[in-house]
Amino acid sequence: MDLIDFPEMSRGASRALRQTVDGAFRDFARAYGETLEAIFAPIGHLLTFLETLMLDSPWTLVLAVICGLVAVMSRSWKITLGTALALLAIGYLGMWEDTMRTISMVVVCTVLAVAIGIPVGIAMARSDRLRGVVTPVLDLMQTMPSFVYLIPVVMIFGLGRVPGVIAVVVYAIPPMIRLTDLGIRQVRADLLEAADAFGSTSWQKLKDVQLPLALPTIMAGVNQTIMMSLAMVVVASMIGVRGLGQPVLQAINNQYFTLGVMNGLAIVAIAITFDRATQAYGKRLQKHLEAGHG
Amino acid sequence: MADPQGPGSDIEIRSLYKIFGPQAARHLADVRAGMGKEELNTRHGHVLGLQDINLTIPAGRITVVMGLSGSGKSTLIRHINRLIDPTAGEILYDGADVARMSPADLLEFRRSKTAMVFQKFALMPHRTVLENVTYGLAIRGVGARERERTARHWLERVGLEGFEERYPNQLSGGMQQRVGLARALANDAEILLMDEAFSALDPLIRTDMQSILLDLQQELHKTIVFITHDLDEALRLGEKIAILRDGRIIQQGTGESIVLRPKDDYIASFVRQVRRGKVITLGTIARAAPPADTPVTLPAGTLLEDAARALTLAETGRVNVTDAAGRHMGVATLARMVAEMIEPQDDDEPASIDDGDPSVAA
Ligand SMILES: Nc1ncnc2c1ncn2[C@@H]1O[C@H](COP(=O)(O)OP(=O)(O)OP(=O)(O)O)[C@@H](O)[C@H]1O
Ligand SMILES: [Mg+2]
Repeated sequence: MDLIDFPEMSRGASRALRQTVDGAFRDFARAYGETLEAIFAPIGHLLTFLETLMLDSPWTLVLAVICGLVAVMSRSWKITLGTALALLAIGYLGMWEDTMRTISMVVVCTVLAVAIGIPVGIAMARSDRLRGVVTPVLDLMQTMPSFVYLIPVVMIFGLGRVPGVIAVVVYAIPPMIRLTDLGIRQVRADLLEAADAFGSTSWQKLKDVQLPLALPTIMAGVNQTIMMSLAMVVVASMIGVRGLGQPVLQAINNQYFTLGVMNGLAIVAIAITFDRATQAYGKRLQKHLEAGHG
Repeated sequence: MADPQGPGSDIEIRSLYKIFGPQAARHLADVRAGMGKEELNTRHGHVLGLQDINLTIPAGRITVVMGLSGSGKSTLIRHINRLIDPTAGEILYDGADVARMSPADLLEFRRSKTAMVFQKFALMPHRTVLENVTYGLAIRGVGARERERTARHWLERVGLEGFEERYPNQLSGGMQQRVGLARALANDAEILLMDEAFSALDPLIRTDMQSILLDLQQELHKTIVFITHDLDEALRLGEKIAILRDGRIIQQGTGESIVLRPKDDYIASFVRQVRRGKVITLGTIARAAPPADTPVTLPAGTLLEDAARALTLAETGRVNVTDAAGRHMGVATLARMVAEMIEPQDDDEPASIDDGDPSVAA
């Protein structure tokens, strides 16, 4: 009998533990919540700006700009045409507004993840000690169920878009950091030696040799970060992020099959568009490597 | 721009030691006291890279450092621009010790005084040929137009005009190394460091590259340190040759002096396969004697093969030898030439009025 039931801590102790930690965190949230909110407010402004821009502009213009960007990045008329058709279908099925909100959310999150992830990745590539510290943190971030991120964020910021952005960035940033680190470490040692021999400073080495050669790998990181942001945006609708995630959530709660599938497909369409465009761009960055000598 | 014909300064390497390992300085005394490479490795887990290197690298000439794999050639050449920090010793150039330069001075020294060519070319794959050649200039902050002008000039000199916009991957090995050479020359540095620069190339292309280098050197007069493990290459290029073994210089001097008087069996086994007639000069075998009655007169620097050919054509057995100033210096016989071109016997006393290279004794 005693060997079958695990000797767990008493209910009282367990409750006390949770209450202490939660209490401490709540105190922290109460004390610093406003300061943190003020610090992160610009993210909200940026998001509002982008959303308003996309929703208040004529849909034709928005469509043209998106397709234009995809065309510039992918240089492929197939991908561009696919994007245009997908967006037209989305609009016709009444999901234009939610799609625009989701796209702006993903764009803002990706920009933030790149802006933070690349410098961290660079720092990590330069210091084995930092790498030893950051790697387990990234492992933790990637294996933690995504819903768990929402809890502390909501405790500090409440419901809304800014906590949504923070949760998404935390979830989506690991590949950005890892692949920047990897890309820089993969640069051939003899090239670095050549750069040294010609008298490069370490900044010149980074800018002229390491980053350009790591760029294809970094682009793979951007691609993964976008995909993960998109996945997390749906989850983040649980804490009030508007967009394609909300109807999905509603569909789950009310068993609206068609609504769920339609919005799900819209997310898939956006994902494929982003993915193809960034991958085609990444491939083009490696062109100089493919042009082998006959 | 510095005058390429200017005298420049010799590079003086003095009592240079390099021990690889976390506690190199601690084992220096042992090595100085005579601990060898193997003992240091088995007893203390440190690698002896270089020991007690003393070498003068004369300005404006090609000095070749030769040795087998692992003998420390790359380690030695990387001390000259301090890509590797010495454990002890000095590298003097122009009155300064490279080993003690501040980081800022070292950066400036690398930018303006040295340039390097690498065995595996080390071209930037993401830059075009032109952008590779402008690399050193860009780092120094030379303006875009000037940079491009210089780069195009050197690309033309190494025979690569028309390839400026290609990427390195689109070129053959020989062409890539010409880019490497142009990149180094564009830097207009007095010192050119070449670590097995031609070793990765096919034999024919390799000979080509040697010719290109010798042609350029005729007018540029750079201080070139050239690493190779190939004796033929060393003899062709080196005005001075230093032979490394296990991190130690075991002989240095002219190619001829090394072929004629190998210091030990190791070097002797190296030089055995050399075509001696292509290395030994007439001056070495000439005997002091009054002018002989012969139609052929040749300068002391003539190679034995060429001299023998001239004598055979003239159907005579003797030649008058003149020194650099054109004055009569002695007489050489065809028989002596042939004897010298054939592999030497132990009882062959080197009959020579040239009293050897002074640096050999050093
Ligand atoms: N960073 C290092 N750490 C430890 N040992 C090293 C290091 N670099 C070189 N060595 C050792 O120093 C010795 C000399 O190496 P070096 O690369 O100078 O030889 P090399 O003459 O250039 O040979 P190769 O012809 O193969 O290029 C070798 O025993 C090598 O293993
Ligand atoms: Mg080497």
